[in-house]
Amino acid sequence: MLKTGTTITRRGLGAILAAGLLATGLAACGNSDTGSDGGDDGKIVLGFSQIGAESGWRTANTNSIKESAAAAGIELKFDDAQGKQENQIKAIRNFIQQKVDVIAFSPIKESGWDTVLKEAKDAKIPVILTDRAVDSADKSLYKSFLGSDFVKEGRLAGEWLVEQKKTATGPVNIVELQGTTGSAPAIDRKEGFATAIAANPNLKIVASQSGDFTRAGGKQVMEQFLKANPKIDVLFAHNDDMGLGALEAITAAGKVPGKDITIITIDAVKDGMQALADGKFNFIAECSPLLGDQLMDLVKKVKAGEEVPARVETQEGTFTQEQAKAALPTRKY
Amino acid sequence: MSTVKARLAPVTGHRLFWPLVVLVVLLAANTVYRPSFLSVELKNGQLYGSLIDIVRLSAPLILVALGMSLVIATGGIDLSVGSVAAVSGAIACLYISEQPDQNSLGAVLTALAIAFGIALLLGAWNGILVAGIGIQPIIATLILMVAGRGLAQLITSGQIITINSEPYKTIGVGHLLTLPFAIIIALAVTLLVAVLTRRTALGMIIEAVGGNAEASRLAGIRSRRITLLVYVVSAACAAIAGFMMTANVSSADGNAVGLWVELDAILAVVIGGTSLAGGRFYLSGTIVGALIIQTLTTSVYAMNIDPQTTLLFKAVVVIAVCLIQAPAFRARFRRRQAPTAPPAAPVEKQKEQVPA
Repeated sequence: MLKTGTTITRRGLGAILAAGLLATGLAACGNSDTGSDGGDDGKIVLGFSQIGAESGWRTANTNSIKESAAAAGIELKFDDAQGKQENQIKAIRNFIQQKVDVIAFSPIKESGWDTVLKEAKDAKIPVILTDRAVDSADKSLYKSFLGSDFVKEGRLAGEWLVEQKKTATGPVNIVELQGTTGSAPAIDRKEGFATAIAANPNLKIVASQSGDFTRAGGKQVMEQFLKANPKIDVLFAHNDDMGLGALEAITAAGKVPGKDITIITIDAVKDGMQALADGKFNFIAECSPLLGDQLMDLVKKVKAGEEVPARVETQEGTFTQEQAKAALPTRKY
Repeated sequence: MSTVKARLAPVTGHRLFWPLVVLVVLLAANTVYRPSFLSVELKNGQLYGSLIDIVRLSAPLILVALGMSLVIATGGIDLSVGSVAAVSGAIACLYISEQPDQNSLGAVLTALAIAFGIALLLGAWNGILVAGIGIQPIIATLILMVAGRGLAQLITSGQIITINSEPYKTIGVGHLLTLPFAIIIALAVTLLVAVLTRRTALGMIIEAVGGNAEASRLAGIRSRRITLLVYVVSAACAAIAGFMMTANVSSADGNAVGLWVELDAILAVVIGGTSLAGGRFYLSGTIVGALIIQTLTTSVYAMNIDPQTTLLFKAVVVIAVCLIQAPAFRARFRRRQAPTAPPAAPVEKQKEQVPA
């Protein structure tokens, strides 16, 4: 209060700059787990920017990429963006500066990538998208998109529900827990599910909110859904974690998950599979994170200048309660 | 007419008047949308209803904002609270997950003690950077905000640690005398802080340090020690909030626990009437601020506002709160209306408002 405005601003500015440097420094320290600047020994260098470690799914994805890179003899520069798009853009710029051979990343959001992808293209570094797509109109900005078909996942979930409820005569009230607003899986899974359930006019989504792909988010939203809608027949959650959070809200409301409320989720991580095997979930459409081997194949082909398909799908299936019991013991993530 | 206004002046002029009006308006809007919003029923010996949800879910934010109020009162700011919450929650869950019997009360208490102790160290680290070395608070705590998030991920190995411990779960979702346990903890901590700061000279000393650290030092206050203390208290509050957040879902997610809670806490403090310039703090205002923020979040879900417009909705409400809280804005608004009033009235009114 007693300090003059100008000193504060000047000092503050310097301090913020220092903090920026510091943050970058810290990020850089965290990334250097793969060692040398590489490239000289003829090894392919892959720069990979991961969204973060927001779920067990993501961790399995990270591990798969790291293991496959080591097995394929590809030098991996791994960056964890901690859930922030600006960190991912920064990481991609770093990769361009370090002149890596191939850049791969899982875009946290669909939009806002054109500039940095253009920079990579100008530097003649091929880019492969994994797991999530971008909405760039210029498809030449990246070589290939390797990942799950989120629309299909949503559709598989919806089709199962249509099959289950085909004898239903009255309305079936569905509540939906969406993923992070604006993210590709949230948009596509919502779309796929909505398309599939349109086959039966009895199936109606009565409420749909974002639970941010987290357990706490899923729980908090479900608590209000349960109070606002006296009759909920089905819960469709865009990932296992939100479904797991919602389980607690459902139990607290005195209802039995899996019986009073049919629960459908997507992902099939271990905790989700456990809930499915225990009869608390009813159906999971898989979204496999184990795309490391397919990614390394693509990297080698792109580096060798071979043509690669613009869209490569990861292989995945669906699980019912019985299938979950059988698959659980060998589940890797 | 003017006598009614004059009589109402102490009420409408009170710091908490406008925040409380906003809170009531939010609750009223919900009630209009769904009349049963305010209804609270007894389910399995526990109170159950949207109101109870708001109170329970705002408990962690109240705690974090309490600590933040004290830090801001010294003219500082603590950006690391979210990360501290994540670290303490992660440590507690990790320790419990490694016990053979996760339901053992002893193990849970040990876990809480270890995590709480480490949080105090983290708070002391902030305090030393600010008070000892003299780094600007926003920068000093930014270090731990960034590094602490990484630390939390390191502790959880990037995984979500799921635990199955009834005693630990109680912190987040348990009930005592039909009330959520979390809010009882939050109220207890609030009372403790209120008594310590307002029934002793401590609160005034903190405000003195915030007003002018050098002058207060010359007046005989160990201002550095006080600054160190508020950062430790802030970390302690954040740690308890971290326990609540992880206990709420019986799992520790290094990435999501307490994410952006520092911003919500600063907002709660500001809505409550505490100036970021330091020198004053209002605990009751902070609590109302925290309740407004949680009510806003719950309203979005309860009224099923389209997720695409959620942020806009929140922004509009927050801007409205901040504007009507600002004396300058209110004064301008009053002046516009002044022509209808007799010329002497505005002067008279302002005079009356000074003591209020």
